[in-house]
Formats: sequence, structure tokens, C-alpha cells
Amino acid sequence: MSQISQKNTPGQDGLLPDLSGRSSVFERVIGIVLLLCGVISILTTISIVVVLVREAYLFFGAPEVTVREFFTGTTWQPAIGKFGIWPLVNATLLTSFAAMVVALPLGISAAIYLSEYASDRTRSIIKPILEVLAGVPTVVYGYFALTFMTPLLRTIFGKGNVDIFNTGSAGIVMGFMILPMISSISEDALRAVPDSLRSAAYGLGATKFETAVRVVVPAALSGIMAAFILGLSRAVGETMIVAVAAGAGPNNFDSWGEAFSAEGFNFFKAAETMTGHIARISQGDISYASLDYSSIFSIGLMLFVITLILNIISRSIVNRLREQYE
Amino acid sequence: MIPETNTNFNPRLAARQRLGNIWQGVFLSSTIIALIFLIVLMLNIINSAFGLVVLENSIAPSELSEQPLESLDKAALVDILIDNISRNAGRKLERDQRFFADSLAFEGQDKWDEVCLRDEPPSGCSGAARSTSDVLVLVYERVVEQQVIETYPLWQSLTQGNEIRAQVAEEFPTATVEFWSWLDRNFITSPMSSDASLAGVRTAILGSLWVIVLTIIIAFPIGVGAAIYLQEYATDSVLSRIIQTNIDNLAGVPSILYGMLGLAIFARTLGYFTSGQFLGVGAENGRTIISAALTMSLLILPLIIINAQEALRAVPNSLRNAAYGVGATRWQMIWSHVLPYAMPGILTGTILAVSRAIGETAPLLVVGAATFLTSDPTGLFSKFTVMPIQIFNWTSRPQAEFRNIAAAAILVLLIILLTLNTTAVLLRNRFSSRR
Repeated sequence: MSQISQKNTPGQDGLLPDLSGRSSVFERVIGIVLLLCGVISILTTISIVVVLVREAYLFFGAPEVTVREFFTGTTWQPAIGKFGIWPLVNATLLTSFAAMVVALPLGISAAIYLSEYASDRTRSIIKPILEVLAGVPTVVYGYFALTFMTPLLRTIFGKGNVDIFNTGSAGIVMGFMILPMISSISEDALRAVPDSLRSAAYGLGATKFETAVRVVVPAALSGIMAAFILGLSRAVGETMIVAVAAGAGPNNFDSWGEAFSAEGFNFFKAAETMTGHIARISQGDISYASLDYSSIFSIGLMLFVITLILNIISRSIVNRLREQYE
Repeated sequence: MIPETNTNFNPRLAARQRLGNIWQGVFLSSTIIALIFLIVLMLNIINSAFGLVVLENSIAPSELSEQPLESLDKAALVDILIDNISRNAGRKLERDQRFFADSLAFEGQDKWDEVCLRDEPPSGCSGAARSTSDVLVLVYERVVEQQVIETYPLWQSLTQGNEIRAQVAEEFPTATVEFWSWLDRNFITSPMSSDASLAGVRTAILGSLWVIVLTIIIAFPIGVGAAIYLQEYATDSVLSRIIQTNIDNLAGVPSILYGMLGLAIFARTLGYFTSGQFLGVGAENGRTIISAALTMSLLILPLIIINAQEALRAVPNSLRNAAYGVGATRWQMIWSHVLPYAMPGILTGTILAVSRAIGETAPLLVVGAATFLTSDPTGLFSKFTVMPIQIFNWTSRPQAEFRNIAAAAILVLLIILLTLNTTAVLLRNRFSSRR
């Protein structure tokens, strides 16, 4: 396009517009400025990686810490120099698992209902309400988990069995937070299935339910998988719900035997997740020179790698889906 | 529907239909469960934001004066203060802000003159006198010393109000029971306090405002610029593909990691600048409003870019060709034709991104929001707190009355978000109906 602008010259007869403002230098500068705006996003990623890796490197360089202990230890207690990440990972697994148990069946059912059964009118009412659910700040969910879900669980299962802070309550509420995302992505996948497939199923005498579950859902399975993985990634990275409701302090184990006993997978016990630990330690005036400071970056690096892998898997699934139907 | 003869053809048809109906019920109820959850969430918050409270005073207002305190003039209120608080406490109050413009209540004239002649005289020497309502607040805070003993949620207050009153009359004979809305004008206009019944969200609202406005100023131009580059300039080069993939990836990075980035880069490495020390003013470290806004900008940048790209993609190509056809350069075409056309869409996306930023807590917690801050933010280099941080702080406290004000603060936050989102939806609708 730039050739066109160069061919134009200011007219002598006064009929052509004055083109003196059309400096090609100006055009080029604008282009470069816009490119720089785009490059900032790359710089952001690079900075995140550099910051996490550098501080994690300092952390593993400290005499108290070994990489082996970090991955195989079952106690996270910076005060006595024990840095085994398992208790934090274990708590993250518990809350994420509880969240997915709630979000997956409800989210997919809601998606099937909205895509296959609901009238346009119903859908136009329900979808915005689900979007409201997605727009509620996570700290509000944390408040809800602590003041409603935990008392509810304690009433059902007995006060002696359920701690005031517990991973189950945080996980359940987190499930409802993720639900709109799962149902929305799954619904998109279901609606992307061509109608010819449905007509073919009806033609063979299938009922509406059989068509939905045996034809449409399998055809949209990759999209639903992507929704599941993206939801899981959200659950792993979610901070405020667990910071408020799951507990403040890692649920340490004496041995791997204990970690994999029923005690290690108790949803009613308080436990601190990776994100919860980062949030608690970084509150207040943390000293930049302390091991506490660099330790949270090692957890952050782990979190980054996990969520990045989940996101890449999910997007490659979505991309394959797109190639299938477009 | 099915002809008579076909029933023999497929004897299981009725059972299959029944199974289908059952599952339809299951799918429908899953959707309804999600809606019920939202309703319960809202009711739970409203339930805590209003209700009966049991109050006890150190000294009943009736013992201080025969008339209601509100009807007394300033001189009478100051007399009550003189009678009931220590002289030293009174002096301190007077040095902060004097009671009368023309006379002194606690301090002797000689001493006062001496204090005011010091190098750094207290604020009371130069400022205006306290107003009657200020003094009234002081009387309540220092003399009456109202304390919240017990609070009840709205539902219980409505259904068992009389039982509660009867029980309180028995257990705390001197206490009074009042129906409170924790969310009132005082709550919005008061700063943070360690006493739940006096605490408010003014500092947090102002903090949120500062951070959000700065975030918009930083993120909006950069985000729209990047979107224009990707949509209008970029050819299918390696660089533009990297940028695109990278933006999609950034949108999935947990928000707390942005907080760690902000902590390490903006608050720590650039601390000399973000604390304002390079200007000789500001905070002692980089945990300031500008650091928070920079962090938040990076967080919502991918969202703004993705939304703006979508808006730009919706601009018909005929518009671009027409602009080129009348001799516009690429930038003239973008600036005067594409951008105005796409602006409502871009704004909608930006509002949605901003409302995400308003509710975001974790990154600011990590960057170093102050959890107890009573003074309003004064500029880029002030310490800060924001609404969600305040809610988090109050929720984490064990006392019941802090849960009540957390609920009230949540209501304020949700009202702000609802207003923003409604604006976005209206904008979108107006935009799409104009097409």
C-alpha cells in the first residue's frame, strides 16, 4: 500500500487535496510504535520467565536447599530449613480435584442443556446470568466459602470432622467459579457440531437424548477436553479462594507413607496450596534478601510450568477442532 | 407422533423416551444449580450486610446529658469531653485540631503559644477549628465508647427479632439492640479503622480509583496499539505469529504470577523510581500505587488486545478499500475510518478487562498492598490498598463484625462491577443495533 502514497504528488491545479501531511517518515514511525506495543507482550513473558528462573536459581543455590529435597521432601517448613514442595502440591491437587468434581459434570450438563435443549429465549436469559457468575471477584468466592460453604459442610459432616479452614470447601466453591468457563467453552464446541450429524442421527431413529449424548458430545469431545484442561489450569492458579478458606500453613507430612495415606487426601483438613503460600508469604514487608522471598519464586516457577503445559495442551486441542469443521 | 404400527417395531421406544426425559431433567437441573448458587451467594452477602447488633456503651449518652447528644451545641459537647477524658488526651486532640477558633479548651494560652512557636508546630496551630459534628464523633468515640458485642445476620434478625431482644435484655441488661445496615453513608466516607463499627472503605475506594485510572491510561493505548499492529500491519511473519501466540499464552498465566513479576521488577528492581525517591518524595519502598498500576496493566493487556483485535476484525474490508481509494495512507485509513468504526467494540472489551482488574486481588497482595492504611492516597507514590484487598483483610479477621463490614464492602464492589458491566452490555447492544 505504501507505493500508492509515494506515487501521489501534491497537485498544481489546486484540485487535488493537499497531501503535504502524508509524510512517509511519519507513517513508518507509527508502524514502529505499534510494533513496539506488540513487543511489550513478549517482554512481559520474558520478564516473567527471567524473574522466576533467576530467583529460583538463587533459591536452589542456597546451602539449606537441594533440588532433590525440593521434589522429594514431604515437609515445607522454611523456619527449620525444610523445603519439600509436596505438601503444597498436595493441597493444590485436593482443591483442584474438588473443583473439577463440581465443575465438570455440572458445566457439561449445563452446556448440553443450553446447546441441545434450551430455546433461544431461555439461552439468552441463562447465559448472561452464568457470565455474572464468571465476573464475580474471586475474593468474594473466598468470603462465600468461609462464611457459607464451610459452616454448611460442618453442619452436614459434624464439627469435629471438618476444620474451620479446609480444602473441600474452597474446592467446591472454586468449582462453581470455573463452571461458567467450562460450560461456555463446551457449549461452543457442541454448537460447532454440524446439524447434518444431528439430522443423520434423527433419521436413524435416535431420540433427542441419544443424539445429544451419542453423536453430538463425542463429536465435540476435543472441545470439551480443552474446556476441562483450561478449567484445571484456572483451578491450579486460583489464589484468593484458597488464601481465605483453605488454610494458612502447609499440611506437612512426616513420610511419604503418611502423605499417601487417607490423612494426605482428607478434604476436611486445613492445608495451604502453592498459590495460598505465595500470597501469605508475600504479604507485608517481606525482606528481599530472605530465603522466604526466593522460595516463593521457586513455587511460582513450578506454577508457571504447570499452567503453561495445561494451556498449550488445551489450545492444541482447540486448534485441531477448528481444522475439523471449518 | 409415532404411528400405531411402529410400537411393535421398536418395543423399547417408550423406555428410551423416558430415559431421554430423565436426562433432560438432569441437564436442566445442572443449569439451575448454577443459578441457585449465584442466588445463594448474593443472599449470603446481603444476609451479613444488614441485621441486628447488640451495643454496649461505656457511659450511656443519657448520663452525659439530659437532651440527646445530637441536639447539643459545640460548647456543651466540649464540656462533656473535658469532664470525661484525660487532660493529656485532650491536649493531643487540641494540637491535632483546635476545638474553638477563638479560645482553648485543654491547653493553657502560654503553653499553646510556646508549642506553636516550635520549628514544626502541630497542625492545630494553623488549621481551622473542629466542627460540631466532628466533636460529636469524638464524644461517641472517646466517651460513649460504643462497642459491638454481638451481631446477627439479616434472616435471623427478621425471623427471631423478638427472641434476640429478649435474650439480650437478660444477658446484657445495659446493652441496646439496634437494626444496622453495615453499608451506609458513613461506611463509604470513613477511612479504615481497627474498630469495625467505625471502619469504612474510603481509603480503599480511592486506592482502587487511582490504580484503575492509571491502569487504563497505561494499558489502553498500548493494548489498542498492539491490536492495530497485529490486525492491520502484521504480515504473516514469524515475529507477528510469536506475538500472537504469546498473547494467547499470557491470558492463561495465573494472575498471582503477574504479582510476582510486579514485586520483583516494579517494586524491587525499579524501586528507586516507583517509590518516588528519584524525585525526593514518596514512600520508603516501591510498593506504591504506580507499581500496582503497572502490574495491573500487564495483567489486563492481553485481554484488551484480544478484545480489540476482535473489534478490528469486525470492520468490513470495504471500509479500508474505500479509504485507500480516496487516497488515504494506511495510518489515515486506520485513524479516521477503522478506529471510529471499531471503537464501541474496543471500549466494550476494555470495560470488561477493567472490571476484571477492579476485582483482582492476588497480584496486588503480592506486589505489596498495605493491609492497614488509614490515610488517603495522595499521588503515584503513595502506599495503597484497594477494595478487594480490604475485603480480604476483613474476611481473614476472626471477629464476627468484620465479616459484616466485609459483606458491606463486597456489596459496594459488586455494585461498581455491575454498573460497569451493564455499561459494557448497553454499549455492545447499541453498537450492534446500529449496524
